[in-house]
Amino acid sequence: MTHILLVGNPNVGKSALFSRITGTRIVASNYPGTTVGFTRGYFKSGEERVQVTDVPGTYTLEPTSKAEEVAVEMLKDGDLVINVIDATNLERNLNLTLQLLKRQIPVIIALNMWDDTRHRGINIDVARLEELLGVPIVPTVGVTGQGIKELVRRFPEASVPKTTYSGSDERWAKIGNIVKQVQSLSHRHHTWYDHLEDASNDRIGGIFIALLVLSASFWFVRFVGEGIISHIAEPLFEWLWTPLLMKLSLVLGSGGFWHNILIGKLINGQVDYSQSFGLLSTGLYIPLGAVLPYIVSFYLVLGILEDVGYLPRLAILMDTLMHKLGLHGYAIIPTILGLGCNVPGIMATRILESRRERFIAATLISIGIPCAALQAMIIGLVGQHGWQYVAMVYGSLFVSWLIIGFILNHTVRGFSPEILVEIPPYRLPLLQTIAEKLWLRISGFIREALPVVLVTVLVINILYIIGIFNSIANAAAPVLTNLLGLPKETIVALVVGFLRKDVAIGMLAPLALTSKQLVISSTVLAMFFPCAATFVILARELGARDTVKAAGIMIAAALTMGSLQNLIL
Amino acid sequence: MSMHRGRQITLHQMNIGQTGTVVTILGGRRLMQRLEGLGIRPGKKVTKITSSPFHGPVTLRVNNTQIAVGFGMANRIVVQLDRYLHGDTITR
Repeated sequence: MTHILLVGNPNVGKSALFSRITGTRIVASNYPGTTVGFTRGYFKSGEERVQVTDVPGTYTLEPTSKAEEVAVEMLKDGDLVINVIDATNLERNLNLTLQLLKRQIPVIIALNMWDDTRHRGINIDVARLEELLGVPIVPTVGVTGQGIKELVRRFPEASVPKTTYSGSDERWAKIGNIVKQVQSLSHRHHTWYDHLEDASNDRIGGIFIALLVLSASFWFVRFVGEGIISHIAEPLFEWLWTPLLMKLSLVLGSGGFWHNILIGKLINGQVDYSQSFGLLSTGLYIPLGAVLPYIVSFYLVLGILEDVGYLPRLAILMDTLMHKLGLHGYAIIPTILGLGCNVPGIMATRILESRRERFIAATLISIGIPCAALQAMIIGLVGQHGWQYVAMVYGSLFVSWLIIGFILNHTVRGFSPEILVEIPPYRLPLLQTIAEKLWLRISGFIREALPVVLVTVLVINILYIIGIFNSIANAAAPVLTNLLGLPKETIVALVVGFLRKDVAIGMLAPLALTSKQLVISSTVLAMFFPCAATFVILARELGARDTVKAAGIMIAAALTMGSLQNLIL
Repeated sequence: MSMHRGRQITLHQMNIGQTGTVVTILGGRRLMQRLEGLGIRPGKKVTKITSSPFHGPVTLRVNNTQIAVGFGMANRIVVQLDRYLHGDTITR
């Protein structure tokens, strides 16, 4: 089977082209480093099935970060390279192209973002460029699909030209020569993007915009999340699902083993989605009724911020603070992704250059960054007692994040390089790409989280029936009551937190905890230990030894923070 | 004054809006390679766009792109100012 690789600088549109060629939708955004692993897809060329790999972006074939290492490593098993070039930035992109052309692998070039060249006043003589490089070149627009058919049609023409230069000086001279021959610049007008860019570059303007963007995002996530819950999710469950469950309850005889597993306990003869804890009641309500609305609103906002190109600008503003935590500003991007789900957040730490940074960033994400599912449940449960309590949970997490980062910066050996990143131009996101990306993430959540939630609820029920929770609760009672001031029953929720944290928070609901106890248990649950999925990714990214270290830090931090809250609040 | 003709200063010392040509990069092979990948190399024209307080990054324009460079790196990139060399500021 032919294996095609999409190779190019970061943020030139490889992922968008990949989606267009293979029909397999993957997340594409307007910032360097969206793709850190690799994604495979397939398409049919005549009778043959062709494999396409979206390779993480790289500036050179001499890798400087983990994501770039992955890229260079993958070059070894490709049969053909589609070199994706940002047409608005010919010179820098050709640096990688010339390095690629020296490898013994056929190359075809996609001159992407072709639509952008016009309003930037850049004219490129494609025929001449083709002649000079000796490989086929097709102008493309990844996000709209322009030029894709032509690109695919010309795959067979891909070739290995004779490219001669030695050393980087000669390479740059050659590039300069090519650019001079094929590119001419004409005057262009200052667009509103440029004005916005200027404003967010300005020191005061930048901070003002950041505060505005972040508070608007937070407000929007909550407003839309709450809106979906109260206008769509709750009515659907109440008017459609509850009557069905009640019928099923009657059929099952209003009690017994299967009733307990499927529907759970009836509260005052009714299904109570926060307390019944059956597979079909609470097991479905938590992921679909309580969490999904927030997943939708969070990823909608994130998708817009990503595609506008705002995140790298936030990274620059955060740089000084992040240095205090042994990181640099760009680490804010994995952190923000972690607010959706820790798994992609920790994967995204690959955009950081050193092992030390990746360890610190991943540990901080798993301790101090609550995922959207967890946040939805915290807001839902703790919010009933008043917003000040929600603020206490978030405040405690933020303070822990800062303090642990500060400590790690002074104790973890190794080096933390500085930020060096391309800031993409602002772009007006296309509605369709935003919608596609949102759907990709929502369906991912339903596919991956829903089964785990159901299994978790099932496990809880079975353990309850066997009576094993009581012995765990009794064993942990001294720590919980003395240190954290929590009733021994909360240990069950903490244990369940290993599987799914949203379900764990849900288990706190029937316990009738005081506001203070709710704050403590939510904070400890958030920090204590990553959920199973996050743990697996941590182990894969950090290795066994560092994962054990990170887990130790988490447990120590959670117990310390919980005891402090118990003393102070 | 930092605007003498032909004076060599670091990227960090440049004023916002000034354009200069990179003369040399004071650093190891690795740093050179990283910067070169982003198009920052001796002979290249760069325009400083912003600096940040508290040792934050410097942003500059190279060709058509904006690039953020950490404070320490910005101190190691030596440029020769364009101003007064050609009697005009070259922005690209």
